[in-house]
Amino acid sequence: MKILLNERPLETAEAVTLFALRDRERPGADVLIVNGFPAAADRPLAEGDRVVLIRRGEQPSSEELEALMSARHTPGVHEKVKRATVGIAGVGGLGSAIAVALARIGVGRLVIADFDVVEPSNLNRQQFFVDQIGLPKVDALKANLQRINPYVKVAPFFGRIDAENVPQLFGMVDVMVEAFDAADQKAMLVETFLGRCPGKPLVAASGLAGFAPSNTVMTRRAGHNFYLVGDGETAARPGEGLMAPRVGIAAHHQANAVLRLLLGEEPM
Amino acid sequence: MTITINGKQKEIDAPATVAALLASLQLDAARVAVELNREILPRARFDCQALDEGDTLEIVQFVGGG
Repeated sequence: MKILLNERPLETAEAVTLFALRDRERPGADVLIVNGFPAAADRPLAEGDRVVLIRRGEQPSSEELEALMSARHTPGVHEKVKRATVGIAGVGGLGSAIAVALARIGVGRLVIADFDVVEPSNLNRQQFFVDQIGLPKVDALKANLQRINPYVKVAPFFGRIDAENVPQLFGMVDVMVEAFDAADQKAMLVETFLGRCPGKPLVAASGLAGFAPSNTVMTRRAGHNFYLVGDGETAARPGEGLMAPRVGIAAHHQANAVLRLLLGEEPM
Repeated sequence: MTITINGKQKEIDAPATVAALLASLQLDAARVAVELNREILPRARFDCQALDEGDTLEIVQFVGGG
């Protein structure tokens, strides 16, 4: 009969049991998963079963790794997001966290753009490390994303984003994310993308500073193909800084809105 | 004339432009995105875009932080 072992097809004898398979194929494996659920006891296997056998802590081979990571993704979701391209303008507190979330679910291609380098003051909320201080954020983020999920293609652009280069940089994306810091840049990106790349949805953010209650951060529809996350009013200013928890909440609202759009669902 | 802004009806004096409306609402034109009758309005047209009876606008004012 045919089964899938670590996501690869395997022809086995009829009436093989889980433990017998383990002893033959992966002696010493101590993580046994059958059809998505951990199995503690021996059991007979049936045609079409998906069996995962690994040794705890063992580094899988690269083709095994992709299969094993895919196995964790929700069926029907992964196939769609893997084909998708998402643009992220700005990879600071919002953009770096959005990129990490989208890479973890296996979005196929991320186009990331930012003109800035990693600074110590970024580390209170942005997905970078102390040893990356001074690197262009897009390069540091690409390296981090590759460590999380090497099967995501990341296209970095290190430079200023303006009304001229938006269509060229982001014209091919399926969903666009506005993740800038400055209010006038946010307005520029929204105006330019929605005006020059018609028919494609954009998810922007405004109002996510400080430590006001989490549930004041909302996702709403703000126009045609235009979705807006945030409380709409809490600007970053002295005494109301940007911090990982609330910026992260907004970032994950945006990431979930992107996922819903890729799956053909309304974000709200 | 009556226009609709973010789902709420508002009486404004005619003639009016988008730029004049933003000024009367004390909004900074550099920090807003304006959708007029479901189409995004380029900033360059704020000054000359006249408003008509029944126009529907969505106006988002952005605040900094990201």
